[in-house]
Amino acid sequence: MGIKGWTIIFVGASFTLYLVIAWISRVRDTKGFYVAGRGVPAAANGMATAADWMSAASFISMAGLISTMGYAGSQYLMGWTGGYVLLALLLAPYLRKFGHFTVPDFVGDRYSSNVARSVAVLCAIFISFTYVAGQMRGVGVVFSRFLEVDINIGVMLGMAIVFIYATLGGMKGITWTQVAQYWVLITAFLIPAIAISIKLTGNPLPQLGLGSELITGDGKGTGLLEKLNLVNEDLGFKSYTTAFGGTDMWNMFCVTLALMAGTAGLPHVIVRFYTVKNVKAARWSAFWALLFIGMLYLTAPATAAFARYYMIDSINGKTQAELPEWFENWEKTGLILWIDDGDGKLRYSARADNEVFNKGRLTGPAAALGWDKLIASQDVERKTALQLLNAQPKIRGPDKDIIVLATPEMANLYAWIIALVAAGGLAAALSTASGLLLVVSSSIAHDVYYRMINPEASEAKRLLVGRGVIGIAVVIAGLFGIYPPGFVSQVVAFAFGLAAASFFPVIVLGIFNKRVGTIPAIFGMLVGIGFTASYIIGQVYLGMEPWCFGIKAQGIGTIGMLLNFIVTLALTPLCSPPDERVCALVDSARRPETPEDAGPAAVDH
Amino acid sequence: MQGYWRKNVTIMIVLLAIWAFVGLGCGVLFADWLNQFSLGGFPLGFWFAQQGSIIVFILLILIYAILLNRLDNEYAGELEEQEITATAASADGNGEPEE
Repeated sequence: MGIKGWTIIFVGASFTLYLVIAWISRVRDTKGFYVAGRGVPAAANGMATAADWMSAASFISMAGLISTMGYAGSQYLMGWTGGYVLLALLLAPYLRKFGHFTVPDFVGDRYSSNVARSVAVLCAIFISFTYVAGQMRGVGVVFSRFLEVDINIGVMLGMAIVFIYATLGGMKGITWTQVAQYWVLITAFLIPAIAISIKLTGNPLPQLGLGSELITGDGKGTGLLEKLNLVNEDLGFKSYTTAFGGTDMWNMFCVTLALMAGTAGLPHVIVRFYTVKNVKAARWSAFWALLFIGMLYLTAPATAAFARYYMIDSINGKTQAELPEWFENWEKTGLILWIDDGDGKLRYSARADNEVFNKGRLTGPAAALGWDKLIASQDVERKTALQLLNAQPKIRGPDKDIIVLATPEMANLYAWIIALVAAGGLAAALSTASGLLLVVSSSIAHDVYYRMINPEASEAKRLLVGRGVIGIAVVIAGLFGIYPPGFVSQVVAFAFGLAAASFFPVIVLGIFNKRVGTIPAIFGMLVGIGFTASYIIGQVYLGMEPWCFGIKAQGIGTIGMLLNFIVTLALTPLCSPPDERVCALVDSARRPETPEDAGPAAVDH
Repeated sequence: MQGYWRKNVTIMIVLLAIWAFVGLGCGVLFADWLNQFSLGGFPLGFWFAQQGSIIVFILLILIYAILLNRLDNEYAGELEEQEITATAASADGNGEPEE
């Protein structure tokens, strides 16, 4: 049976599983819908958090980024795991003790202000939709390559599944589906990594294989990393393991810190800690979550290095007839492309003689000609065409998103393993999408509708509104997948920067500083968001120079976060302290939990 | 309950210091210098950035969960006694009974 047959089996089986789980865990009340009845065991919540967190970006794009960036790619590894330490130590147990339904709910109650609540709602919705758009692209890529169906049909199929289990089961349905999705995605990630590790280095543990010697090819006997350094430098790329590669120390520092604080401030991750029984379970749950996430994140660097080895070894210097099958398979998607300079041999390098591209967006004189003319070399000499293309860094080399998906093919693994990776990619994308859509739904239905517009609403009515909003959100997300906004990758930096500059400081101060009142908190958030947003927009869209210590858009959230802290703390002594109700609320979160008060302290839902 | 909160904050600060030293220190700031040493087949700075830091992060949360849950048990008894003698002022806040 071929790849396509296996893919249909795996994708079909996993989708059926998700639907069965949805039916079993359907809910009847808002507590079930928003926080899964607060009855999720710590380890299960850890798995659900892991699946919720590990998106198409973690599963599909991250290893690709590390593979291309080498050492500098570590900023994603450290940023996206280090954030959990902040989350576990500074936020999760306290937020669970407060016992709200959503993050804006906490912000609104702690700072007794509907303005603060509204700012938080807007941030939550913006962050969530930004993210969802990225997931839908992942779904589209997987469907178009492995099932050779139209991207739009793939997106609609994925949306239909999410629609069913999210509206039926709310948070409860999403939680238990995510538990299943975790196992699908982690199996799909580990099996090929282990198989390739054995094949290349003879070591079944990819984490050790990464530091082992090659047992195959012309590099036999050399260490894998040593070989990658040699090959990379040979072709003009940055050395694989040398510190900072294409970036510099302070930029890497800022990006890592922004990703860490951003991770801790992402509403769809925080909300998962509302679903466990008590504070103790929230702490354990954070541990389980990072352990389960670590299984993928500790393997991704190995996958990245293996992929780098194959990417160069299997295509460089090959003629059309010698090129491996995976290259032709992926060429159809436009994500990798070879334009020969006339010598008949493929050359992938960081120099002007590079012949490998991806069909991304062209700019400048190349855009005026368009891809078709450049490939066919009409109106323009081949040499000039290559020159024009090589002048654009974004389209040089293969698209980073294909690296994880194509590596099993590069290593000639069995068809069923390749198909498993497709199912894993879909699980990663769908689990994250559903978690995000629930945040959108709860922000609107709970924080805006119930807490601000109609506090008298009956339980049944609130549940209906919750379901309605999630339904609409799924449709909007689907539209993002079908008509992808061209700016997805840039806005992701936005989501993290915004979470770091808005939610993270406001929640940390809300817990650890009793004196901070409404006005400083709102000003802090506005300054943090305003600075971060204008810096990113200025740099990405208006060509602004990175004037702030040379920090690029991705890392600016760190500065935005510092500004938020500084402004809030500077204004605090000038403004009135919070009232007694808020002080009692904070005090209650700082006391150890007794068996009786597993329930929330001062919030009455 | 001042004692509980103080111990809690101390544990947190120590663990966060390790977090910053390993993640941002060994993984970024000292990585270049650490790369001159090697561990197995890895340059040390590179290992910290791609493996070591994540392993340390997992251990930090594990230690935190164990220490804090133990601290909670220690003080939970004390808290109950307090609440029996003085009817807690915040008791009216305990609105929603759980499960």
